[in-house]
Amino acid sequence: MDELLEVRGLHIEFHDHLVPETVVHDLSLSLSQGEILGIVGESGSGKSMTALAVAGLLNRHDMKKQGQILFEGRDLLSCPRSQLRQIQGRDIGVVFQEPMTSLNPVKRIGWQVEESLRIHTELTKQERYRRVVEALQDAELMEAERICRMYPHQLSGGMRQRVMIAAAFVCEPRLLIADEPTTALDVTVQAQILRLLKRKNREKKTAILFISHDLSLVRGLCERVIVMHRGRAVEAGRTEEVFEHPREAYTKALIAAIPRCGKGQKGGRK
Amino acid sequence: MHNLNMTAGSLITGFLLLAIITGIFYTPYDPEAMDASARFAGISLAHPMGCDNFGRDILSRILEGSRTTLAVALCTVAIGTVCGVLLGAFTGYYGGWLDEILMRINDALFAFPSLLLALTLIGLLGPGRSNMTAALGISFIPSFARIVRSEFLKNSKLDYVRSARLQGAGNLRIMFVHILPNTLPVLMSAVMIGFNNAVLAEAGMSYLGIGVQPPEPSLGRMLSEAQSYLFTAPGYALFPGLFIILMVLGFGLLGEGIAEKGGRHG
Amino acid sequence: MKYTVKKLITMAVTLFVVSFLVYGAFSLMAGDPATSMLGTQATPEKVEALREELGLNDPLAVQYFRWAAAFLKGDMGTSYSYQMPVSRMVGDKIPVTLTLTLLAFLMVAGTAIPLGIYTARHQGGPADRFICMLNQAVMAVPPFFSGILITLVFGRILRLFTPGGYISYKEDVGGFIGYMIFPALAVALPKAAMAAKLLRSSVLSEVRRDYVRTAYSRGGSSRQVFYRHILKNALIPVITFLGMALADMVAGSIIIEQVFSIPGLGRILLTSIANRDYPVVEAVIVCIAFIVILINLIVDIIYQWVDPRISAEV
Repeated sequence: MDELLEVRGLHIEFHDHLVPETVVHDLSLSLSQGEILGIVGESGSGKSMTALAVAGLLNRHDMKKQGQILFEGRDLLSCPRSQLRQIQGRDIGVVFQEPMTSLNPVKRIGWQVEESLRIHTELTKQERYRRVVEALQDAELMEAERICRMYPHQLSGGMRQRVMIAAAFVCEPRLLIADEPTTALDVTVQAQILRLLKRKNREKKTAILFISHDLSLVRGLCERVIVMHRGRAVEAGRTEEVFEHPREAYTKALIAAIPRCGKGQKGGRK
Repeated sequence: MHNLNMTAGSLITGFLLLAIITGIFYTPYDPEAMDASARFAGISLAHPMGCDNFGRDILSRILEGSRTTLAVALCTVAIGTVCGVLLGAFTGYYGGWLDEILMRINDALFAFPSLLLALTLIGLLGPGRSNMTAALGISFIPSFARIVRSEFLKNSKLDYVRSARLQGAGNLRIMFVHILPNTLPVLMSAVMIGFNNAVLAEAGMSYLGIGVQPPEPSLGRMLSEAQSYLFTAPGYALFPGLFIILMVLGFGLLGEGIAEKGGRHG
Repeated sequence: MKYTVKKLITMAVTLFVVSFLVYGAFSLMAGDPATSMLGTQATPEKVEALREELGLNDPLAVQYFRWAAAFLKGDMGTSYSYQMPVSRMVGDKIPVTLTLTLLAFLMVAGTAIPLGIYTARHQGGPADRFICMLNQAVMAVPPFFSGILITLVFGRILRLFTPGGYISYKEDVGGFIGYMIFPALAVALPKAAMAAKLLRSSVLSEVRRDYVRTAYSRGGSSRQVFYRHILKNALIPVITFLGMALADMVAGSIIIEQVFSIPGLGRILLTSIANRDYPVVEAVIVCIAFIVILINLIVDIIYQWVDPRISAEV
């Protein structure tokens, strides 16, 4: 099997309360080169925890992780931190939900986009700058050179998210983890960001792990989908199949809850 | 989690208050009685902290001196709080040109260390215990007014104030019945910090000789008298200093404990 | 640039308000200088003539501007007690107080920032706990008491300096600095403890921010993330504090000068208060106010340089 990412029996527990709390329960998934996989679920379903675990960003002391996260055959859960760091930012890029708080408020945009290049490549300053400008232009930002000199608070929400995407793609990673990348944005901007992600996926063959609570977004973007509920994957399969013929009651309820124009509330809620 | 700050703060403050209250009714010796034979007497059962250059019992003087310090600090904080709350409440709630002018002046004064402001006022009024209390109290007003004003400004725009207004509550009622209790957490921590600053300021002023006047004992005053005999009688300086430290430390820890407790609930 | 200009205007306004308040208060409270200058020879006619001569019958605002204009030219009036120009009494004291404050500030910044960084990065460890406890204790020691302790330990027991043996900067700059280190230490100790504590808690709250997670997602080591991302953000409240501490220390050095018998602005202020020598008191307070306001301006400018969001808010 030639999978880019393979998660086997992932289990995440919090120990900050008296009774350990399981947030992800025996989750398995796989993602091949150039594919887009969606994870949907309501808040607290464990989808964001899964995303953070795959990105290697869950390392709090009060937390227990079991299972395997194999990225190109290497287990991210058990490999040393120095190896994990070489993968982060170079092979795996991440885009978060809140573009405002996810950017450092006191550093210039150019510096922040450049960071992965500084850490992972031996490029000269001029070459890095060229790459940064290209990345910003590729994320459909006008006047990239001017934006390089600006600070996050001078940009709109949509522009900030484009900056985040540019920063995540600057090293041309093979996997992009997008954790609710459009939730904080206006609907029109949302659509633009999704088109941008889709184009990136097509052109660079970057696999995307797309986390969202919004089923209609997932349906428009992903080839396959996993539905999560209370830390478990309750349903998985090809997007069309899951949406047309949901097997689980929870999935049916989720699909029924999507507001539709024109059509009545057929099917009802359970 | 155990609130260590709270426990330690309560213990120290409780101990000091107990000592000070005892001092009102009973001190081992008359704090102002001089005894030439006991000049610089060392630590003994008769004089647990020794005697000063006039043969006065240091423990007795510390007990009375702490009471003076505490009284001045309480009055200072009371003046600062009451005036600050009134000023801050009206300017924050009503706004307008008066607010603009008062806040300009307040900003100017705020940029000014309160110690310097107090020194200026003492320069005007002249030295002495009541003048110092007034000067310190006034010098605390700007910072209190500033804190209260911003709280009132913030709260007066909130929904609960609007609904109180719709129910027909008058402005004064809204200000002091509805808004004031909501500013208490912030105000309380300001009072705790203010109290500590007042203790330090009183001690400092009396040390400089422009606060409490002799023969009345005060911790700061005792330190300045003791300084000339530092080598012959170190205890004369160390014990009053220790009392100031304990007072500030106790209230500091208590304030921190309260903040910690509030933070956990909020 | 616009921000700096705005701050300069604020500074001028503040200086105007403060000096006007000081001048007005002293004019109203200090009694009639004409009467006090004439002393026993005062007759109503003589007083009136002198009042006219000194311009005391003009409106307060006119008097203020005359005084302020003279002050800016370096003429601060005449001392009641010593019958000499105030500027001559005050002028050579300013460098003394300023040196003391700046030395103390260097100590605060030089110890608090490394200590704050260390304790925050080793949070919960034995060194962190020890330093936190020490900080709490040091904060409670008033500077004049630590001054006395320093005199006792460094002066009397270790004999590193002669208590009361102030050396003027005009005679021996090295000896002057050597003597000033000890009073500066007394001024600096509590502020350094507070600043270290503030930086520690500031770092610990920044660590939880989203941008830190982003920085880790790019493969940064915890060291890189700390020094390249967290530190600058965490320093913002510390800079505000340091500015306020610097202003406080100018005032606090007044007390310390007394402990170490240093003839600075504080010394002269206290004797003038005792002698009710109002022109001198007034001049010293306005000088200190000017220093404090200047410090505030510098802090504001540094602030904008560290936090780019500030200039956008103006």
